[in-house]
Amino acid sequence: MIGRFDWAGVLDFLPELKTGLYYTLLISIVGLLIGFFLGAIFGLGRVSKNKFAYSISTIYIEIVRGSPVLIQAIWIFYALPLIIDFNLDSIVAGIIVIAINSGAYIAEIVRGAVESIEKGQMEAGRSLGLTRRQTMWHIIWPQALKRMIPPLGNQFIISIKDTSLLSVILVPELIFQSRNIAANHFNAVEIYTTVAVFYLAITLSLSLILRIVERRLNVN
Amino acid sequence: MIQVEKLCKRFGELEVLKGIHCHIQPQEVVCVIGASGSGKSTFLRCLNMLETMTSGDIVIDGDRLRDPRININDIRTEVGMVFQQFNLFPHKTVLENVMLAPIKVRKISKQDAEKKALALLEKVGIREKADNYPEQLSGGQKQRVAIARALAMEPKIMLFDEPTSALDPELVGEVLEVMKQLAHEGMTMVVVTHEMGFAREVGDRVLFMDGGIIEEEGDPEQIFTKPKSERTKEFLNKIL
Repeated sequence: MIGRFDWAGVLDFLPELKTGLYYTLLISIVGLLIGFFLGAIFGLGRVSKNKFAYSISTIYIEIVRGSPVLIQAIWIFYALPLIIDFNLDSIVAGIIVIAINSGAYIAEIVRGAVESIEKGQMEAGRSLGLTRRQTMWHIIWPQALKRMIPPLGNQFIISIKDTSLLSVILVPELIFQSRNIAANHFNAVEIYTTVAVFYLAITLSLSLILRIVERRLNVN
Repeated sequence: MIQVEKLCKRFGELEVLKGIHCHIQPQEVVCVIGASGSGKSTFLRCLNMLETMTSGDIVIDGDRLRDPRININDIRTEVGMVFQQFNLFPHKTVLENVMLAPIKVRKISKQDAEKKALALLEKVGIREKADNYPEQLSGGQKQRVAIARALAMEPKIMLFDEPTSALDPELVGEVLEVMKQLAHEGMTMVVVTHEMGFAREVGDRVLFMDGGIIEEEGDPEQIFTKPKSERTKEFLNKIL
């Protein structure tokens, strides 16, 4: 079976795949960085006593979690420019999609982690005269951050794979490149399998990094 | 120092405090005893507004807690609290636990905060653990750190919420010893406790709470030897 495939031929397309890998990584990293900030802000909104912050955060999270990434990408790339009357570059649009999408899930991770910190920690901080915000920042947040690492790692991996859907908005990432190559050279199995190995390499390295970080943080 | 008038607190349908009256003088050590569910912890937590009262009035050192112009954080800097579960900050060392609030709230310099923290740790007999993390300490050591942490704000009043209830019996003494020392130095203290020996020896006054009211109060000697109320007698018979 294996002999019927032309694995060596894949090497000819390495330049295109390299470009694809570059965009996949670029969008994943920048998108997740922004997503983490969004998640932190809206996650704290979810545990806030401020009704407005709570409502806005809840609406954002529910809309994003309740709709497919593919449709979010189409909204942002095709519909958003009509509303704001400004054309978005597909790469910028791709980053926005990953940021907004991962942000909603990360917000729930943040909320879960903050709520998992014992109530006595907030009380101890407040009883010393620290404000709610100071207690959050100096006492709750550092402890919550540690508990967020495993679910964050999970979400990072999901979001990295979600970038594969961005080919529909013409982001020249790995899947977009593969589709072009396969359409012209009829080597879909070889190309997509190779690309799957690329994804695995990214996600496995991420898992490894997270495991090291986790171990470091547990030392004390 | 503390005036409490007609203090009521309800949680939804449940009325936990049903009109507490109580005046506490400067340097007085008041021990609050009573069965669990009698409202003694809730009473204590109302004094620094960890619980907000439903009705009534509390005046701490001249400040009415109901006054909307009052900044609760200012009140709390004057009223230290020690919890049953210690509530030390696990991600900070013992020293950092004690230094945090003076730096962030009192805005004193790091060097001054450290000097003061080390002196307080010395006082509670645990200076050698300054660089350890809370999880490396025994329960008694944790509670002594918690006391030092509260004292670092130089409060005028200290509240203790069953400070020895989570401790192994052999560790209770070291915490009570620190509290006794504090009482002798003239700290105003309100102590919710099951340690009748401590209440008797150190307390200036004992409040017996039952069903959300102060059922009986008085001199410890009188309460423990000649209680007037039937409910007090019953309670003391059960535990002594």
